[in-house]
Amino acid sequence: MDISYYLIQALNGIQYGFLLFLVASGLTLIFGIMGIINLAHGSFFMIGAYLCWWLTSLTGNLFLGILAGIPLAVALGLLIERFGIVHLYTRDHLYQVLFTYGLILIFGEMRSILWGNEVQSVQIPEILSAAIPLTDVQSYPVYRLFISLVCMALAAMLYLVVQRTRLGMTIRAGASNREMVQALGLDIAKLFAIVFALGAALAAFAGMVAAPVQSVFPGMGDEILIVSLVVVVVGGVGSIKGAFLGAMLIGLADTFGAVFLPHGAGTVIYTVMAIVLLWRPQGLFGRT
Amino acid sequence: MYVLSRPALVLLLMMAIGLGFYPLVGDSYYIRLLTKIMVLGLFAMSLDLLIGFTGLISLGHAAFFGVASYAVAWYIVKAGVTSLLLILPTAIGASAACALVIGWLSIRTAGIYFIMITLAFAQMLHAFFKDQKYWGGTDGFNFYDKPQLVFGDTVLLDLSNRLTLYYFTFAILVSAFVFLIVLLRSPFGRAIQGVKVNEGRMRAMGYNIRHLKLISFIIAGSLAGVAGFLEATRTAYVNPELMSWHMSGNVMIMVILGGMGTLYGPLLGALALTLLGDNISSMWDHWLLIMGAFVIAVVMFLPEGIAGLIEKTANRFKRKPPPKEETEP
Repeated sequence: MDISYYLIQALNGIQYGFLLFLVASGLTLIFGIMGIINLAHGSFFMIGAYLCWWLTSLTGNLFLGILAGIPLAVALGLLIERFGIVHLYTRDHLYQVLFTYGLILIFGEMRSILWGNEVQSVQIPEILSAAIPLTDVQSYPVYRLFISLVCMALAAMLYLVVQRTRLGMTIRAGASNREMVQALGLDIAKLFAIVFALGAALAAFAGMVAAPVQSVFPGMGDEILIVSLVVVVVGGVGSIKGAFLGAMLIGLADTFGAVFLPHGAGTVIYTVMAIVLLWRPQGLFGRT
Repeated sequence: MYVLSRPALVLLLMMAIGLGFYPLVGDSYYIRLLTKIMVLGLFAMSLDLLIGFTGLISLGHAAFFGVASYAVAWYIVKAGVTSLLLILPTAIGASAACALVIGWLSIRTAGIYFIMITLAFAQMLHAFFKDQKYWGGTDGFNFYDKPQLVFGDTVLLDLSNRLTLYYFTFAILVSAFVFLIVLLRSPFGRAIQGVKVNEGRMRAMGYNIRHLKLISFIIAGSLAGVAGFLEATRTAYVNPELMSWHMSGNVMIMVILGGMGTLYGPLLGALALTLLGDNISSMWDHWLLIMGAFVIAVVMFLPEGIAGLIEKTANRFKRKPPPKEETEP
């Protein structure tokens, strides 16, 4: 238990936080802009991981697998939006919850039919399989650093798109006042489709890059969904900045919770959430 | 005010008579299945108090169900106590206490936050029971003894007897139903229905919205606790999945499928969903695919649920305009 041990844990926490951010940012945007609570968002993470495993074993290369998987994830997102979510825009949250819960069941069984129920693993490609030695016995795997860097780049890109482009301007406008965007004559249907597909692709991508470090298993979508919901609640619904800080906070809390409280690790993030809620019921960056 | 329509009343009486006499003719498999349906029906009814009458969409209702189940298991496995008079109040008390804490924290928020927070707190309890070796971890507990009501040396009520458990569950279900009707007709019941329809107006009228919501949340949690007590007693087995979010999701489906805000609808929902699951799960490994499509179909084509269908058909039959929707508490 020396300083490098904690350094490794901190790096793990940050890397987990980045993954959470990719999933939670889509979740928070889909709610903020489209007014949809999408429980099936975690399924995209699970599907991404299985796509990565399947395509990597087909092509023999992780990068090719991910490259081939992204368009599939975008297409799936567009499909689900066009034929499913589109019916929910005017419906109560209650029905959105049920509908997307039904989607989870369908996605889960489709996965079971297509790819089976076995736990799978994806090989880390050779160029990234090294580990950086920190002390004589401890080292940090390069692939985890790679995840953090890729996610960081994506987060920066997302920030630039949202803050600096015309599409981003529309997205921000949609998040703060949906009716006004519609009244100004912007094509809201197109915006919704883009946001949903973007969110689905981000979650699936997170699943793809995570596949080599954690095993690929059926329940992985549920797991990340619940934690991502906690992130969104902590950060404030609709806020990308909130999703980022929330993801880092929860990622670190979860990792260090497992270090200091090995028997109560599962409850740490919820305690963090309860504390934030007592202080700010609308989340760190949520509007009242 | 909550009024049972005539077709609903007829249906309920028929159901009550059917349930009351079924054990005289039915075989043991269906007696067990009906006990399960009644337990789930009670659980769904308790959620209807929140979703259908108070306007609180809780996606963590399984927490209270599970906590009460674990209270039963703790008494029997850890303390070796089987006294019904001890176990039942503790189980309800544990659920009520959890509902107080979770409700107090969650009711500060509304809308989508409330959905996500109730879900998160239920997952927290799920994670707690899963992590702790003392509580049996992922495997939970199996036990053999069941709660008994003993007076002196005579056993008055032995819940390990299948028929006793059946009628005990039936009696509790009927009492809970009557209790909820009386509650919903009371000033408090009218107030919470007012909160669902127009929260701002109720606040302007001087009602303490938070208190109303919290009390409703605690009552619903306690009733879910009663259902959890019955579930643990029925199966003599508890595990963390009892409070998983799939449980919360399933009971929500029962409420909507049956018809929210009708009280008897969730009973029908529990019946329909359990029978459906019982029939198709043995036919196909991937039966959850059908379940998912079914849930989506209900959302799309039957948002009022089975109860809505019944009332609509009855109204058409009478050729009278449907009764005006009541908005005043």
